[in-house]
Amino acid sequence: MAEAAVGAVGKQRAHRLGPRGVIRELARNRALYLLVLPAVLYTFVYGYITLPYMAIAFEKFNFRTGILSQWVGLKNFQYFFKSTWAATVTRNTLILNFLFIVIVYVSSIVLALLLNEVRAKRFLKVSQTVMLFPYFISWVVVSYMLQGLLNTSTGLLNRIIAGLGGEAVSFYSTPGYWYVILILLRVWKYIGWTSVIYLSVITGIDGSLFEAAYIDGAGRLQSVLYITLPLLLPTASILTLMEVGRIFYGDFSMFYAIIRDNGSLMPVAEVIDTYVYRTFKLTGNPSLSMAVGMYQSLVGFALVFGSNALVNKLYPEGALF
Amino acid sequence: MRRRTTVSQAVIAAVVFALAVFCLAPMLMVLMTSFATERAITINGYTLWPSEWSGEAYRRMFNSVSRVPKAYWVTIRATLAGTFIAVVISYCAGYTLACPQCGLRNGLALYFYITMIFSAGLVPWYMVNRALGLTDNIWALIVPSLMFSPFNMYLVRNFLRGVPDSLRESGLIDGAGETRIAFMIYLPLAAPVLATITLFYAIAYWNNYFNAVMLVNNADYYPLQMLLFNIQSELSMISNMMTGVSLTPPKESFKMATSIITIGPIILVYPFLQRYFIKGMVVGAVKG
Repeated sequence: MAEAAVGAVGKQRAHRLGPRGVIRELARNRALYLLVLPAVLYTFVYGYITLPYMAIAFEKFNFRTGILSQWVGLKNFQYFFKSTWAATVTRNTLILNFLFIVIVYVSSIVLALLLNEVRAKRFLKVSQTVMLFPYFISWVVVSYMLQGLLNTSTGLLNRIIAGLGGEAVSFYSTPGYWYVILILLRVWKYIGWTSVIYLSVITGIDGSLFEAAYIDGAGRLQSVLYITLPLLLPTASILTLMEVGRIFYGDFSMFYAIIRDNGSLMPVAEVIDTYVYRTFKLTGNPSLSMAVGMYQSLVGFALVFGSNALVNKLYPEGALF
Repeated sequence: MRRRTTVSQAVIAAVVFALAVFCLAPMLMVLMTSFATERAITINGYTLWPSEWSGEAYRRMFNSVSRVPKAYWVTIRATLAGTFIAVVISYCAGYTLACPQCGLRNGLALYFYITMIFSAGLVPWYMVNRALGLTDNIWALIVPSLMFSPFNMYLVRNFLRGVPDSLRESGLIDGAGETRIAFMIYLPLAAPVLATITLFYAIAYWNNYFNAVMLVNNADYYPLQMLLFNIQSELSMISNMMTGVSLTPPKESFKMATSIITIGPIILVYPFLQRYFIKGMVVGAVKG
């Protein structure tokens, strides 16, 4: 993907075509361009027509005047960066995403290595099927599952705590637990999925390497440490690096389904995306929301672009674009 | 050569088994609690094996005042229509981008790439949808965000690049047009990647509640996920309309039963999902 999208653009004839050449090209292969037209139009509407609306960040938005509302300059940005929310949502987004990425990455690698050692085919298949299952479940369903576990009076976890003689914990009003809870949820949902991808990388490794190692007297653990792991890590790291690029974007579907409008958890679980939503839909301030959104778009762009450039440099095959 | 001690095998199996339980047990709890009586839940809490069984929650869900069947129908329509349109758009675009004759394909790739790395955000997205009339109707659930994903288009393109170009040439010699070649020759060959993106899109549609949160206020157009998200209001409506019929409306079990109903179709197609998701993801992630 890398070369087509970025690397080769400057070199190839697409860029050398003048306006005339483009028209001639369009006419010559009109059937081809007709095929791509729906995608081009869709992307134009959602990817390009949306851009001018970003001006709302510098205005005092009014639904009647729309995009031509009163200009207020950087006022919305000042308001946001002076509020405590700026630090809170930035910190939560970065820390939570970082922990999600690292912990899912490490645990999935470990699980993939373990799965690779399982010799009982049937057991392997069943456990993979089971562990992949959470990936397909919507966050809304997950949120009810979580309530079933954590509810103060009826939750399974609190019943177990009570059974062990402890006192019920009011999870939904104690922010302290939530980094751990959210991370566990993330691992629960993605560990099966990620490890299956990693496992497919491992199974793609040339078997003669292991044979050679075996002949040279390497044990099981040694061949994992010196063959499997070094060959798995580049691919896994590159996939992960792509996620690091998106570290400034919180998973709205996850956070909003689970935290909802629970004010007592917001100090640890409000991320940029839910904050943008809240200022827009619940407090009804599109301009402020747009200012925060622009902050996210710009920093997020720098991060995606940077990480992708890095991937392109380290391992061109692995870059997403 | 693959000999090793049975002890380490047993330890590995035990760890994998424990992780499988960690993944499955919470959902099992949801399933079991959906069949519990409200009294059993109040007394014993959520369990993996209720002390009293009842199908009341499921009966409630399909009675005359329940909006669950309607929401189900909304979700099914949005998923079917949306997935179909999305797959067609992605296939056609992927075909053109894979075609070596397409002189503008690098420019097009850049055009799509830009939107993948920079997005205007939520407010402009909302404004555009409002301007297009995509609020409070079924199209609000179909068109915004979900109907085309460049990522899936790239999956198609990468797959089609692996098909020898001589196929196209022989088609052209036989007098077929570009569209005919795309649909009569390449489409059947692309079946595996089409299955993969179909499933990607279908899952995205089925599990989506964001579009409804943002664009739908009219409960007639609530998809299943949105109804489930707002189940509290649904519960109070049902119990208001049913006062006198039942003394204790099954609240907790109703939530769980609706959750189970929501993932029902996913469980049904799960065996296919698993196969193609793994295949597609490996193509997309590793070779991408």
